[in-house]
Amino acid sequence: MQIHQYDTVIVGAGGAGMRAAIESTQRSRTAVLTKLYPTRSHTGAAQGGMCAALANVEEDNWEWHTFDTVKGGDYLVDQDAAEIMCKEAIDAVLDLEKMGLPFSRTDQGRIDQRRFGGHSRNHGEAPVRRSCYAADRTGHMILQTLFQNCVKHGVEFFNEFYVLDLLINDGKTAGVVAYELATGEIHVFQAKAVVFASGGTGKMFKVTSNAHTLTGDGQAVALRRGLPLEDMEFFQFHPTGIWRMGILLTEGARGEGGILRNKDGERFMERYAPVMKDLASRDVCSRAIYSEIRAGRGCGPEGDHVYLDLTHLPPEQLDAKLPDITEFARTYLGIEPYTDPIPIQPTAHYAMGGIPTNVEGEVLSNNTDIVPGLYAAGEVACVSVHGANRLGTNSLLDINVFGRRAGIAAAAYADKHDFVELPENPGALVEALVEGLRESTGTESVAAIRRELQESMDTNVSVYRTGKTLQQAVEDVQALKERFKNVSIQDKGSRYNTDLLEAVELGNLLDLAEVLVVSALAREESRGGHYREDFPTRDDVKFMQHTMAYREVAEDGSTSIRLDYKPVVQTRYQPMERKY
Amino acid sequence: MSTPTVETHSAALDAVEAGSTKLINVTFRIRRFNPEEHPDPVWVDYQLEMDPKERILDALNKIKWEQDGTLTYRRSCAHGICGSDAMRINGRNRLACKTLVKDVDPAKPITIEAIKGLAVLKDLIVDMDPFFQAYKDVMPFLITSGNEPTRERLQSQADRERFDDTTKCILCAACTSSCPVFWNDGQYFGPAAIVNAHRFIFDSRDEGAEQRLEVLNDREGVWRCRTTFNCSEACPRGIEVTKAIQEVKRALVTRRF
Repeated sequence: MQIHQYDTVIVGAGGAGMRAAIESTQRSRTAVLTKLYPTRSHTGAAQGGMCAALANVEEDNWEWHTFDTVKGGDYLVDQDAAEIMCKEAIDAVLDLEKMGLPFSRTDQGRIDQRRFGGHSRNHGEAPVRRSCYAADRTGHMILQTLFQNCVKHGVEFFNEFYVLDLLINDGKTAGVVAYELATGEIHVFQAKAVVFASGGTGKMFKVTSNAHTLTGDGQAVALRRGLPLEDMEFFQFHPTGIWRMGILLTEGARGEGGILRNKDGERFMERYAPVMKDLASRDVCSRAIYSEIRAGRGCGPEGDHVYLDLTHLPPEQLDAKLPDITEFARTYLGIEPYTDPIPIQPTAHYAMGGIPTNVEGEVLSNNTDIVPGLYAAGEVACVSVHGANRLGTNSLLDINVFGRRAGIAAAAYADKHDFVELPENPGALVEALVEGLRESTGTESVAAIRRELQESMDTNVSVYRTGKTLQQAVEDVQALKERFKNVSIQDKGSRYNTDLLEAVELGNLLDLAEVLVVSALAREESRGGHYREDFPTRDDVKFMQHTMAYREVAEDGSTSIRLDYKPVVQTRYQPMERKY
Repeated sequence: MSTPTVETHSAALDAVEAGSTKLINVTFRIRRFNPEEHPDPVWVDYQLEMDPKERILDALNKIKWEQDGTLTYRRSCAHGICGSDAMRINGRNRLACKTLVKDVDPAKPITIEAIKGLAVLKDLIVDMDPFFQAYKDVMPFLITSGNEPTRERLQSQADRERFDDTTKCILCAACTSSCPVFWNDGQYFGPAAIVNAHRFIFDSRDEGAEQRLEVLNDREGVWRCRTTFNCSEACPRGIEVTKAIQEVKRALVTRRF
């Protein structure tokens, strides 16, 4: 076991982690621990853009953006946080441009902007051009630009280091414990400040836009150490994933004029969202798609998908604005989007919930107290700027605004505080976890349990949910957790043991799936991405509050999820009925 | 606007929507290497039932999940964006997640091995550090002087288009590890580093071209390129890599960019 010391340790090297690292490296001795090489992170898969009220192409302002964000999140958004994000969005985009990001440009050479779901002029009047973009490669460009600037600032990366534990001593952050994939060695990183920026949890679902690596590692570590997870029942299903594969096709496609059609060729979104139509928020579009499918208007022999139609758009426009997604259709489906509509279905995309933080990125240990020295930013965190449903492009904004804030705050904290003493045997939990898996002679396989988890989640915890399906999911997940205790792996070696890694990741997914379904079962209302057919309306009296889920360990060692609730921060906007 | 356009289906769309395809038997011949167990690599065959529309990465996952958990490779996004899974498939550098079974002749064994020119650490995993070091050496970031503008720097659409091709790079190393000069000369920067230098040299906002060209003019720099076009063929993003290298060479001679 090796022990390292850094002022600031950042866990994860996607957009939020690297944006934090650029700030903290200039202010404190920083290490970035990442289970992937930095440019492999899933920020790179984001396509359509990053919204900011630059008003480069039409009138816009950050207050309209704030309203759209609050409304998009079905009033579960903390409005102070949304206001900060939408105000700072403008500088966040300009900062990226100054770092070198190659945005698409207007005729005048300014950053171009396009329409995106849920983003409107003057509180819902009509779609507005707010999304700053680089073709349909905005996430790729952000990831590359941030990595380039990490190289420029000499950020120190520990590549393929998998963080498996958080060390807290006397209520204060002491460091993290990581497993080095190349050697199997365990490393303790003592740190004054730790920033979690390790991404989402989408791999608990079968049809998902998420990478294989998105297994909720940071959330699971925090949960195991007694910290709460906020609003985990809110998971976004992006309307346009490639049918059965789940690969993301950007909302920017509809921003460029693409249309959703059912088997009759009807532009069905006109019935569900008369003003915003195909650019209604994602939860609204995904429900509409499944309503069409349930009503027998789905496409194909099994009627289980609809079409994203781009065939009326000029090929030059597709080549210039949507080159990657049209190539996905050609590569993976073998169809030509110039002339064929693309079969799509909603795909599990984004966790609105996560580790609760305040607007400085400080992690909360309950409704009011923080954990000194601990920060989180990006999809792993819940500020909450996304509430019950995130607007398109606001994730790229979130990682830049709150990644930057967390990096600055963590370095400032490290500057003012000393190291907290490491607990006794700091690597013990990770050693036990790793050795337990390596030595297990159990009969269960990782792949089988993961498949069953994903199938249950897709069947029971998708766009439409009921008490019955959620109860089924609770039982399924708990049974799978039991079986997981009897899991074994084939690779017993210490060198690049990805067999072991996948087992640990599955354990994390199971823990988080349990939190998600227990939280969802208790939320007897419909709000944003959480739709209960047995409780189809929003209940602001009982449920305009954030879920806070804690893992409780009983004396016999068994665990359960305890739920608490936290008030929503309201400033300007009173909840209204949500129409698009 | 709402004219239905979906009544006439192409044969390709019908084929996609028909869904179930006949599964075929495919042999995957994978070059395994684990120095913990044996000092030499060995070819191992795996038999699988595959839908021809599945990805090579799906096959590797099936092997790992159903047959042999020790098979080791890198992967993440699974749709050609993250650059983790470049490998030699039937002797050609490709991304496993962007190559379908039907794209390579599945009637014969499909060979899979690690990319060349970088040390193999285990199975399909190579040491990427020399690759990223070459990238860092070309100063792959915007270099400017003077005060920053309060708003964005202006850039015409034509100026933006000038370097568009090389912004697509995902640092997968498919190009660099397909280059015979790189295989034989451990010090050559390799195509990917030059592509990333190109991305900045031809960016109208950048003022660091002279510094980068100095680095690239070194004896191990661009002049080692023998224009074999392997790199352009290997690039999963369709970047015209050889053309970019030629443009950098020309810029070195003319100092015009």
